[in-house]
Amino acid sequence: MNFQLMWDSLPQLLQGAVLSLQLVAVSGILGLALALPLALGRISSNPLISAFPYAYIFFFRGTPLLVQLFLVYYGLGQFEAVRNSIFWPILREAYWCAVITMSLHTAAYIAEILRGAIQAVPVGEVEATRALGMSRVTAFRRIILPRAARIGLPAYGNEVILMLKGSALASTVTLLELTGMARTIIAKTYTPVEIFLAAGAIYLALSFLLVQGFRLLERRWNRHLVRA
Amino acid sequence: MIDLQGFGHQLLLGAWMTIRLALAALVLGLGLGLLGAVMKSSRLRPLRIAGDLYSTLFRGVPEFVVVLLIYFGSTSVLTTVSGWFGGGFVELSPFAAGTFALAVCFGAYATEVFRGALLTIPYGQYEAGQALGLSKARIFRRIVLPQLWRIALPGLGNLFMVLMKDTALVSVIGLEEIMRKAQIATGATKEPFTFYLAAACMYLCITIVATIGLQLLERRTNRGIRRVHA
Repeated sequence: MNFQLMWDSLPQLLQGAVLSLQLVAVSGILGLALALPLALGRISSNPLISAFPYAYIFFFRGTPLLVQLFLVYYGLGQFEAVRNSIFWPILREAYWCAVITMSLHTAAYIAEILRGAIQAVPVGEVEATRALGMSRVTAFRRIILPRAARIGLPAYGNEVILMLKGSALASTVTLLELTGMARTIIAKTYTPVEIFLAAGAIYLALSFLLVQGFRLLERRWNRHLVRA
Repeated sequence: MIDLQGFGHQLLLGAWMTIRLALAALVLGLGLGLLGAVMKSSRLRPLRIAGDLYSTLFRGVPEFVVVLLIYFGSTSVLTTVSGWFGGGFVELSPFAAGTFALAVCFGAYATEVFRGALLTIPYGQYEAGQALGLSKARIFRRIVLPQLWRIALPGLGNLFMVLMKDTALVSVIGLEEIMRKAQIATGATKEPFTFYLAAACMYLCITIVATIGLQLLERRTNRGIRRVHA
């Protein structure tokens, strides 16, 4: 075991880790934004509205992230129309393809989390908003969504950790995030054990930090529930 | 319909490989998970720590990194070891490395599922077993395991779905499963979208079949269990 080498490649690996975190942060936020309309549509009792979110969630949860990533990065270029469109400068870039795919992917999972959380808001509280004469939009914005956010937070935290692990796949489309960086170093030094172990340790540290961060947030948001 | 230009048969062969890989990793992973859960619930501290380390480490590292580490790492470790005995270059096949890597990841999560299930089995049942003069191994096999299975099944089902999708990662180390076959077809036809979409559809089919299978299994394991109707 060559510890010196592990130590020497640390700066490069950390540089990759920054990109990993960036991918996770951007897709975590975009995914959440996409997930909200999906979850609302999924809850709708109108089958015309709930059909699309259902199909969307089914597709993105039923196929591997790697397939989705390849469909976007390699697949879209197959169509002349896409190559000539104004989106091509974005879709040509591995970074944006990874961001788009990860956002679409995680949105499907977050939508299910949100759906569960919204449906878990106690019925009595929803009735209370009606009794107070709140409009449906106000009730949703003021009561239901804040409650659902607190209920869904732990599951959302888990999803973010899963996305951190999923971001390793971005290395397959040439991105030099943590895993990509590790593979580049290994290609030069041929020391897979040392470098992958170092990368694994960094992933562990990152997920530990994320877990702690979400725990703090949870404690803050749910501080009214803490018993003295 | 999608025109697969004669690669349909190859994709089906890939699907068969994906299924074999997933099942092999499932069997090994269930064993690892059970072992991990027993270790974590052990009275011996070193065993508990080992079980804890296993489930914590392998749940925090990306499956992809584990696959790469085991495939490329095993080659250099095994070659070094064989060098001590005067042997030459040794390499794990992509199937063996993939199975092992996915099983290790599955096992880490399964450890937690089994541990949770172990906690639900009343202590009195162990005592009853002892009162009947059964050995520890026999209590585990005859009393604990049949109940454990029923309680752990929903959690294990979710993990199996994750495992099924993680098999795609093994394409990166060259195992000719669905993804790798799709890549090969793409190289020949220059139609990546067509073939990756076909691959996606195959994964969806496998997922649907697995979901139905799990539902049937759950119904079977829960027969004779009184359900509370809300």
